[in-house]
Amino acid sequence: MKSLLIAATEAEEHNPLAPEWIEVVLALVAFAILFFAIKKFVVPNFEKTFAERSAAIEGGIAAAATKQAEADAKLAELEQQLADARHEAARIREEAREQGAAIVAEMREQAQVESARIVEHGKAQIEAERQQAVTSLRAEVGTLATGLAGRIVGESLEDDARQARVVERFLAELETAEAADAGKDA
Amino acid sequence: MITAASATIAAEGGDTFNAPGPSIFDLPGIAGTEVTKPMVQLFLAAILVFGFFFLAARKRALVPGKLQFAGEGAYGFVRNSVARDIIGSHDFQRFVPYLVTIFFFILVNNLFASIPFIQFPTFSRAGMAYALAGLSWVVYNGVGIAKHGLLGYLKLQSVPSGVSPVMYPLLVPLEFFSNILVRPVTLALRLFANMFAGHILLVLFATGGLYLIEHVGGIGYVAGPLAWVLAIAISFLEILVQVLQAYVFVLLNAMYIQGALADEH
Repeated sequence: MKSLLIAATEAEEHNPLAPEWIEVVLALVAFAILFFAIKKFVVPNFEKTFAERSAAIEGGIAAAATKQAEADAKLAELEQQLADARHEAARIREEAREQGAAIVAEMREQAQVESARIVEHGKAQIEAERQQAVTSLRAEVGTLATGLAGRIVGESLEDDARQARVVERFLAELETAEAADAGKDA
Repeated sequence: MITAASATIAAEGGDTFNAPGPSIFDLPGIAGTEVTKPMVQLFLAAILVFGFFFLAARKRALVPGKLQFAGEGAYGFVRNSVARDIIGSHDFQRFVPYLVTIFFFILVNNLFASIPFIQFPTFSRAGMAYALAGLSWVVYNGVGIAKHGLLGYLKLQSVPSGVSPVMYPLLVPLEFFSNILVRPVTLALRLFANMFAGHILLVLFATGGLYLIEHVGGIGYVAGPLAWVLAIAISFLEILVQVLQAYVFVLLNAMYIQGALADEH
């Protein structure tokens, strides 16, 4: 400290630690000017930029999240619709199967009725034709028999009344004989 | 501190080498006025810092260009790495302009020491360092008093928590001394002394090298250029110191503000 003082006095030097007050004031003035300029023109701009940037990024994230949610909802809706459609299809298939079975059953019944009717009709026709055949046979057999008998006995049996009587009697005897045989068999 | 007498080396030829002393910082006024180079530098630094940030911040593009990117990086460094990380995300915003100004004002003024044709560190003028340290003292104490009241703030800064009251007579004066009285002094001296010493060292190597070549001869032709090589190496070291001192100054400012705002010490 002593040497410092000596140096200061000897060389007539300004002590470097002692401030020049004008420099203190000027440093503060320069600092103050810079401070207010930065506070007014620089910081708000930067902060606005930062805020806008983060808002843009956050907005983008929010928009993406909204889109994602919309897509999820859409997907769920479509899946629901698909499930509904599948259900509907299954129901319709089941219904169709039931209807088909009912139709087959109905048709079968109708066919049976029809076949029964056809069989019945056929039977009736056959009976009628048989009856007709019996009648015509009877007449023919009578004619043939009398003709044959007349030739055999030489006796004309042309008298219709007598002829009919003989045939009737013969046939009646035949029928009684048949009936007696049937009774014996029974 | 070396005296002028002890710093004088007599050479063979009778010429004396006057080692650079504190007098090299007493520059004459420019063109006969009272205005000295460091005074001009103060305002030049303010203009440079503001010009850079104003141009960088003006466009406000969401996708920044080169200049805006550089400005945002510089601004964001102080804003995020210093202000927000130390003061905390709740309070830091209102101190950002102050801290940004402090850092870049000191940084540019310090770097003037390494810029050709300027080559003088503004804050090697003690008064200028005192100004910023005093301002820091006013700011952090003012912030603390505004938040806690004068007594509450003095208690916050002086009475350590978690210590038994028996120790108070010893600790309270110590804490008061270190937190209120010493801080501005260390802030000012750290900045001033680093700039002062760095500059004097560079001048010593530069003028000493010249003296060795011109007046010593013989070994001086080897030692002189060597001194200049060392001067270049020291220049790079000084650039580091200049940046570091600006950073330390702003960092301590932020820490003092944070301490003044804290609820519990």
